[in-house]
Amino acid sequence: MKKRFMTHALGMVAASALVFTGGIAQAKDSITIAVPSFLTGGAAGPFGIPAMNGAKMVADAINKGTLPAPYNTKGFGGASATLIELDEGGGATKQVAEYRNLVEKRNVDAIVGYISSGNCQALAPIAEELKQFTIFATCGTPRIFEEAPRKYVFRTMGHATSDNVAAAMYVKEKFPDMKGYTGINQNYAWGQDSWRDFDLTLKQIMPNSKASEKTQFPKIFAGQYGSEISAMSLDKADLIHTSFWGGDLEAFIFQGAARGLFKKKIGVMTVGGTAAYRLGKKLPDGLVLGARGPYGILVKDRKSVLNQWFVNTYKNIYGIYPSGPAYQYGQAILAAKIAYDKAGSDASNEQLADALRGITFESFSTTIEMKLGGGHQAATENGYGITKYDSDEGENVVTDVKFYPASCVLPPDGIDSVDWINGGMKGAKC
Amino acid sequence: METFLTILLDGLQFSSYLFIVSAGLTIIFGVMKILNVCHGSFYAWGAYTSAFFIGKFSEMGMPDGWGFLVILASAIVVGLVLGFLIEQVILKHMYHRDEVLIVLATFGLFLVLEDVILIAFGTDPYFAYQPMALLDSVEMGGIVRDVYGLTLIGVAAMVAIGCWFLLNKTKWGTILKAVIFDREMGIAMGINVPLVYTLTFIGGAILGGLGGAYIAPTISVAPGLGTEVIVLSFAVVVVGGMGSIMGAAIGSLIIGLLRALAVHELPQVELFVVFAVMAVVLVFRPEGLFAPAKPRKI
Repeated sequence: MKKRFMTHALGMVAASALVFTGGIAQAKDSITIAVPSFLTGGAAGPFGIPAMNGAKMVADAINKGTLPAPYNTKGFGGASATLIELDEGGGATKQVAEYRNLVEKRNVDAIVGYISSGNCQALAPIAEELKQFTIFATCGTPRIFEEAPRKYVFRTMGHATSDNVAAAMYVKEKFPDMKGYTGINQNYAWGQDSWRDFDLTLKQIMPNSKASEKTQFPKIFAGQYGSEISAMSLDKADLIHTSFWGGDLEAFIFQGAARGLFKKKIGVMTVGGTAAYRLGKKLPDGLVLGARGPYGILVKDRKSVLNQWFVNTYKNIYGIYPSGPAYQYGQAILAAKIAYDKAGSDASNEQLADALRGITFESFSTTIEMKLGGGHQAATENGYGITKYDSDEGENVVTDVKFYPASCVLPPDGIDSVDWINGGMKGAKC
Repeated sequence: METFLTILLDGLQFSSYLFIVSAGLTIIFGVMKILNVCHGSFYAWGAYTSAFFIGKFSEMGMPDGWGFLVILASAIVVGLVLGFLIEQVILKHMYHRDEVLIVLATFGLFLVLEDVILIAFGTDPYFAYQPMALLDSVEMGGIVRDVYGLTLIGVAAMVAIGCWFLLNKTKWGTILKAVIFDREMGIAMGINVPLVYTLTFIGGAILGGLGGAYIAPTISVAPGLGTEVIVLSFAVVVVGGMGSIMGAAIGSLIIGLLRALAVHELPQVELFVVFAVMAVVLVFRPEGLFAPAKPRKI
C-alpha cells in the first residue's frame, strides 16, 4: 500500500515538474501555413491563381469541418489554419531568402506549395538544413528525391517522368503508325527533363520512330514562337511534344493553331489541361492533352464524393471548373491535415514528417501512395485524352481518356528515372 | 529554297517586332540620353489596352476589323498618357542628375507600372485573337503562315519610313538632329529643348505601345510581358548603336535573321546567338554599328 502511494506521489511530482518546465506541450488552437504560388507573372493566371484558390478552398473547408468523410473533422489536428499567401515569382534566389525568412523570422508551422521545378530544386536542401516540414504541391522535376534522400520535404503528386512515360505510352496506343517526333520545351530543368523522358521512353517502346535532330528549346516566357513553328512545320516529324505551361502554352496554341500546325501534326501537351477551360473554342480539336496526373478536365466526371465536392465547390466559388493546379494544391493542403491529425497540432517537424512518410491516402480525384523517395514522393496514376469542343455544352471535353497506373509510369523506389527508362522500364506493371 | 524563304520570312517578322519596340527606345536615348528601362512598360500597357478593348468590342458585336483601329488607338493613348505623365512628373525634374540615377528611376517606374497592370487588369491573361483570325492564313514556302504576322513587316516598314521622313524631311527632324548632336548648342540657338524632350518621350512611348498593341492578338497577354522585350530591345539598340534609328533597323535585322537561322538549323544556339552578336559588335565597335557622331568639345 505504502509502495503504491509512493509510486503515485512520485508520478504526480514528475507530471507537475513536466508541466511547470513545459515538458508537456499544449495542443495549439491555430497554426500558420505558408502557401507560395505564382501570384504575378505569366504563370499566375493559368497556374498560380487556380492553385492558390484550390489551397484556400480546401483549408477553409478543413477549418470549418465541411470536407466530406473521412476528412470531416474540424481543423488540422484540431487547430485552425491561417494561410500566408506568398508570390513564388522572382527566381530561386529570392525564394530561398523568402523561405529562410518564413522559417527563421515568421516561424510558420508548415510550408505547402511551389509550382516551379527550379524553385523546388533550390529549396529542398534549404528545407532540410532548416529542418522545416515542407510539402511541394506541383513542381515536377524528378531530381528532388533522386539526387539526395530527404527527411522533411515531401511531394504529393507524381513527377515529370510519369507525365512523359504516360504520354509516350498513350502515343503508342493511339498513334501506332507515328514515324517521327519533335518537341518544343522551355530551356530549363522542367523542359529538358520532360523531353528527355518522353524521348527515352519512345526509343524503348516505339524503336522504329525517329526523334528529330532539331528539337526546340526556347527561353521560358519567350511568348513568340513564329520561327519555331515554321521549323517544326518543315520538319518531317508527324508529332510534336511540349511541356509548355502557363502563358507560353497558350501563346503557342494560338500561334500554332493560326498556322494550321495541329492539323498537320499530332500535338502532345503534357500540361495542356490548364488551358482546356480557359481557351474554350480556341483550343484546337485533336490535341493529346495531359494534366500532370489525374486532375482537372481528365477527372471532372469522376463520381467519388470527394471529387464531386471539389468540382462543385470550386465551380460555385470561382465560376470555372478546377484545373490541375487547383487539385494539386488542394491535395497538398489535405496531406498537411492528415499529417497534423495523426501527429497532433503541437507536433514537431520531425513528428509531422514521420506522420506523412510512406502513407497512402485518398485524395480528391485519386489515391496517393507516398512510396517513392523513401516515402516522401507520391506515386499516382497518370492519364491522357484527346480534345474536342462540345458545342452543345459550350465547353471543351476530352475523349479516349486512358489512365496508366503508377506502377506502369514511375520507377520503383530507389531507382533513378533515366536508368529505369533506359533499362527497358523493368518491373513496370501496366 | 523553301527553307531559305521560310528563314527569311521568319527573320523579317521577328526583326520587325524588334524594330518597332527598339525604335522608340533608341529615339529616347538619342535625344534625351536616357536609358529608359520603363520602355518595357509602354509595350506591356499597349498590349493590355489593345487586348482588353478588342475583347470588349468583340463582346459588343462590333466587326473584327475594328480591332486594327483599337490597336492604333491603344498605342497612341498609352504613349500620350504614360509618356506625358512620366516625363512631366518624374523625369523632367531629374535631367540635371547623373544618368545612372535616371536609369534607376526608370527601373523603379517599370516595377511600379508592372504592379499597376496587376491592379488594373488582374492576373488572368487576355486573349485578343480576332484581328489575327480575320486575316486568316496563306501558304508560303511550303508552310502555312498567318497573314497578320506578315503584316508586322509592313508596319515596321511604315515606322522606319515615317522616322526617316520625320528626321530628314521636316523642320522637327532638323531640330531633333540638332538636339541629338549638341543639346547645349541647340539651347543657344533658341530651340525649346524641354518641349523637344516631352514630345520625344511621348513619341518613343507611342512606338513602345504600338509594339505591344500590335503583337497582342498573337499572344496570351499576361503579367510580366514587358520584362522579356526590354532585354531584347537593349540588345538591338546596343548592336545598332544607341540613339540611331538606322542602327536599330540594322540591329533588328541582324538579330532577327540570325535568330531565325539558328532556330531552323541549330536550335541549341538560338538563345546564345542574340547575345553573341552583341558581344562581337561590342568587341569591334564598342559604340555599336551606327552610333551617331559626337561633337568634340574643348
